[in-house]
Amino acid sequence: MLKILKYSFFDLMRSRWAYIYTAFFLLLTVSLLWLSGDIAKVVASLMNVILVLAPLIATMFGVMYYYNSREFTELLLSQPIRRRHIFFGQYLGLALSLSLSLLLGVGLPFVVYGVWGSAEVWDFMMLLVVGVFLSFIFSALSFFIALRNENRIKGFGLAILVWLFFAVIYDGLFLLALSLFSDYPLENFAIGASLFNPIDLSRVLILLKLDISALMGYTGAVIQKFLGTALGMAVSMAALSVWVLLPAWGIQHVAKHKDF
Amino acid sequence: MRNTTILAILCLLGSYFARARTVTVCPTCSFSGIKQAVAAAQAGDVVLVKKGTYREYNIELNKPLTLKGEGYPIIDGQNQGEVLSITAGGVVVEGLDIRNVGTSYIEDRAGIRVKKARGFTIRNNRLNNTFFGIYLEKSADGTVSGNHVSGEAVQEMSSGNAIHMWYCKNVLVEHNYLRGHRDGIYLEFVDSSRIRLNISEDNIRYGLHFMFSNDDDYFHNTFRRNGAGVAVMFSRRINMWENTFEHNWGRASYGLLLKEIYDAEIRDNTFRENTIGIYVEGSTRLQYRNNEFSRNGWAIKMSGGCLDNVVANNNFRYNTFDLALNSAANNNRFDGNYWSNYTGYDLGRDGRGDVPYHPVKLFNYVVNRTPEAMVLLRSLFVGLLNFSEKVSPVFTPANVADNSPLMRPITFNRTVQPKNRN
Repeated sequence: MLKILKYSFFDLMRSRWAYIYTAFFLLLTVSLLWLSGDIAKVVASLMNVILVLAPLIATMFGVMYYYNSREFTELLLSQPIRRRHIFFGQYLGLALSLSLSLLLGVGLPFVVYGVWGSAEVWDFMMLLVVGVFLSFIFSALSFFIALRNENRIKGFGLAILVWLFFAVIYDGLFLLALSLFSDYPLENFAIGASLFNPIDLSRVLILLKLDISALMGYTGAVIQKFLGTALGMAVSMAALSVWVLLPAWGIQHVAKHKDF
Repeated sequence: MRNTTILAILCLLGSYFARARTVTVCPTCSFSGIKQAVAAAQAGDVVLVKKGTYREYNIELNKPLTLKGEGYPIIDGQNQGEVLSITAGGVVVEGLDIRNVGTSYIEDRAGIRVKKARGFTIRNNRLNNTFFGIYLEKSADGTVSGNHVSGEAVQEMSSGNAIHMWYCKNVLVEHNYLRGHRDGIYLEFVDSSRIRLNISEDNIRYGLHFMFSNDDDYFHNTFRRNGAGVAVMFSRRINMWENTFEHNWGRASYGLLLKEIYDAEIRDNTFRENTIGIYVEGSTRLQYRNNEFSRNGWAIKMSGGCLDNVVANNNFRYNTFDLALNSAANNNRFDGNYWSNYTGYDLGRDGRGDVPYHPVKLFNYVVNRTPEAMVLLRSLFVGLLNFSEKVSPVFTPANVADNSPLMRPITFNRTVQPKNRN
C-alpha cells in the first residue's frame, strides 16, 4: 500500500494542478498578510476561502484523479495486490498531496511572517487542521462517488452536487428549519445540525476561536459551552474523523464488490 | 465706627493667621491619630498627615479644613466602616491612601463621603478596596481629580461604585483612574457636571452611568473592558465627545447604551471592538457625528422608538454588522458616512458613491428574528442571501440608506488622550 501511496503522492505533487493550487494559496495568503498585517483578520478571511475552496478542489481532484488513472488502476488490479491497498493507497496519496499543498501555501507565509510568538497561533493551527480535515473528507467522498459511477459525466455531476449540498444547500435548509421552528428552543438542534455538516462544523470551530461567540448571544453561549470545552473539542474532532472514516469505509466496501 | 473697623481687620488678620496654622499628624507626633488632630484643628487649618499607617475609621471633617497626606499615608478602615466623611464646605482632601472599608449590605459605605457640602476638592488620593470609593450626596461646586480608585468587585450586588454622585450639581470629575467596581462613575440626579479625561476599566457593570441627569458633558474619557462602557438613561442634553469605548466584549456588552435620551450629541468618539458599539432604545433627536466604529459586532443597534436621529460623517470599518433596526418605521437620517462594506462606484469623482448604501443586511434581519441563525454567520449561503437581497431588496427596509456614502474613510485627529496613572 505504501508503494502505491508514494507513487500516487509523487505523481500528483509533480502535476501542474498541484503547483497551481499551492501557488494560489501562497499568493492569497501573502497578499492578505501584506495588505492587512493583522493575523486575526487574515485568519478570518482565509477561513472563508478555505471553507469553500478546500472541499471544492478536493472533490474535483478526487473525481478527476480516479477517472484519469483508471488504466493504471486496472493494471494494478491484475497484479497480486489487495484491492483495499490499491484504492487506499491512491486515496491517501491524493489527500496527502492536497493537504501538503494547503499546508505549504497557507503555512509558509504565516511562519515567515512570524505567527509562532503571536497570540493567534492557535487560531492559525485550527485553520490548518480544519483545512486538512476538509481535504481528507471531500477527497474520500469524491473517490467513493467516482468508484460507484462508471459514467464520468454522472460521477462528476454527483460529486459537484455533493459539494454544493454541503457548502450551500444544507445551510439553506438549516436556516429554513431554524426560522420555521423559531418558537422552540433550538440551541441543541443548532449544535446537532452543525455536527452533521463538516463545513459548518469547521466554520463554527474557527469562529469560536476568533471570539465571535460573543456575537451569538444565548446560542453562542450554549455552543461555546459545548464546543469550547475539551470534551466538545474531542467530540467535534471525532465527528470530523467519522466524516473521513465513513466514506473511506465506503471506498473499501465498493472496491471489494465491484466488478471491473 | 472706627473701632469696629479695626476690630474687623483684627478679626480678619486673626483668621488669616489661624488659616496658616498646620497641625501635623505622625505616629510619633503629639497627634498620633487623624481624628484627634481634626478635633483640635480650627476652621481653615491644614492637617498634615505624615507617612505611616493609621488604623482609623469614621473620621468626620465638619469644618473647612485641608487634610493633606505626605508620601501617601495609609488610612486603614480595617473593614469596620466608612473612613472619611466631609460635612462642611471648602474641604480639601489630598494625597491620602485609603483602604479597606468593608462590604455592607445595609448601608452604602464609602472611602470618602461628601455630604451636603459645597466647594470640596478631592485630589490625588489612592483608594483601595473601599466598597464605594468617593460618594458625593447633595453636594455642589466641587472637584474630584487625579484619584486612583481600585476595587476587587466580583458580583454586582455586593459591590459599590468607584465615584458615586447623587443629587449633585456643578461637579468636575477629571483625571481619575477607576477600576474593579460595579460602576466606574455613577450619576443620579446630577446636573451641569463635567466628566473628563478619566480612565474607567474592568468594572462589572458600566464604566460611566447616568440616571436622570441633565446638562452634563463627558469628554476625552476611555472606557475599556467594562460590562458595558457607558450607560446614559433618562437624561437630557448630555454631550459625549471624543471618548474611547473599547473591548467591551461579552454576550450582553456594549460600548454605549442609550435609553430614553433626548437632544444629545455624540461626536468624535471611537468605538473599537465592542460586541455592540451603540445600543439605542427610545432615544430621539440625537446627533451622531464624526465617530469611528471599527471592528464591532454591531456598530449601532437601534430598537423601536428612535426618531429624528442623524448619523453623519462617521467611519464604519470592518464591523460584522453595521446597523440593526428592529422596526420598519424609520425616519432617521444616514448621510455621508464611510462604510467599509460599501461596494458602489463613484463616476462623478466627487468622493461620494453614486448608489446608496443599505446598512441593514438580510441576514441581520434573519438574526433579529431567529438568533440561533447566527450559527450560519460567514457561511457561503448567507453571502449569497445577502447578495440577492442587495440586488433586489424585499425584506430589508428600503428607506434606511446612506444616499451619499463616502468612498474613502475620514481621517480624524484625536489629540487629547487621558494619561494612565498608576
